[in-house]
Amino acid sequence: MIVAVTCAGKSIDSPLDNRFGRAESFILFDLENGSFTFLDNEQNLNAAQGAGIQSAQKIAKSGATALITGHTGPKAFKVLSSAGISVYHSSAKTVKNAIEEFKAGKLEKAPNPDVESHWA
Amino acid sequence: MTVAVASGKGGTGKTTVAVALVLSYDRNSVLLDCDVEEPNAGFFLRSKSIKKEEFSVPVPVIDAAKCNLCGRCADFCSFNALALAGSKILVFRDLCHSCGGCSLICPQNAVMEEKNIIGEIHSAESDKIFFVEGTLKIGKAMSPPLIREVKKYGKGENLTVIDCPPGNSCPMITAVRGADYVVLVTEPTPFGRHDLSLAAETVSEMKIPLGVILNRYGSGYKGVEEFCEKRGIEIILKIDEDIKIAQAQSEGKTILDVCPEMKDKMCGIVDKIQKGLTK
Repeated sequence: MIVAVTCAGKSIDSPLDNRFGRAESFILFDLENGSFTFLDNEQNLNAAQGAGIQSAQKIAKSGATALITGHTGPKAFKVLSSAGISVYHSSAKTVKNAIEEFKAGKLEKAPNPDVESHWA
Repeated sequence: MTVAVASGKGGTGKTTVAVALVLSYDRNSVLLDCDVEEPNAGFFLRSKSIKKEEFSVPVPVIDAAKCNLCGRCADFCSFNALALAGSKILVFRDLCHSCGGCSLICPQNAVMEEKNIIGEIHSAESDKIFFVEGTLKIGKAMSPPLIREVKKYGKGENLTVIDCPPGNSCPMITAVRGADYVVLVTEPTPFGRHDLSLAAETVSEMKIPLGVILNRYGSGYKGVEEFCEKRGIEIILKIDEDIKIAQAQSEGKTILDVCPEMKDKMCGIVDKIQKGLTK
């Protein structure tokens, strides 16, 4: 199972990016073998509108089936849930910590988006 | 001739001036209220709306039976109004700019169009003034298509006056585009000066001649005059700060009711613009 995590930096020790649509990048973490890859998000970071929608499609295409991020808005959440991706909101400091929380079963699957559009 | 009445800052007197211009003019004229988020010129004309029409823009709707989820429509859309999400295409109507590209690019002919009603057009006719206003539905974000529709009513008359939305972004530019002359209304405050500078820059970029009306004159602040002097912009009228004017407006009367001398001044402005004396 691959879990996508929003990342404000270039390493697994980088901070968890609170924003989903305009996250700096995503880390795709393979829970089976602990390997991970980066997915750049610069295009959406600078999108005029619909960044959450684009990022959600990107995650859907990546093969991830779960997402850990700070917050999600209504449009992104709609695309993610239609694509069958489970969303987990976390306030962990780093990407690594967020993955550890997830593995330990400390994160709950979000039933709804937790912020309005354009919250940040 | 089309005169657009605009401003950077809101609340400087665009509607006051636009209404005074058409009421002062002796021949047939058209007043278009393009401030579609809160049109209010109609209050001062006291015209009963004679015609109401819904206004809609086309937005995509996906025929799921034909769609093979290739995702080309979502890739094509610059506004991210379409998304491929699992086993369906999601449509975000309020992000759509109605370009029609998705339906052209779909190899399956699965993209149909339906109407997204974004507002209404109201029109009313009195002796000499044909008045049209657009009203954007609450919660709708895309005003330019409605503004363009209102502007279609302003052709072939002696004088068409456009009451523009405030600001300097797409709605203001849509309202101003194509005008022969732009009147920028401002007030003698640092805020008024600052926003005037942005509006003047926008209008100059569009290569439309402009002049300034300095409303609520008399605060002692000289920044607006200094700015106009420096940029070579003519101040075509100063309207003194006078509580009588505010009182009249709050009762639905116009500046002409309390300052009768304004009629000649407004006619003078129209004449002057028409003769191309102002640059």
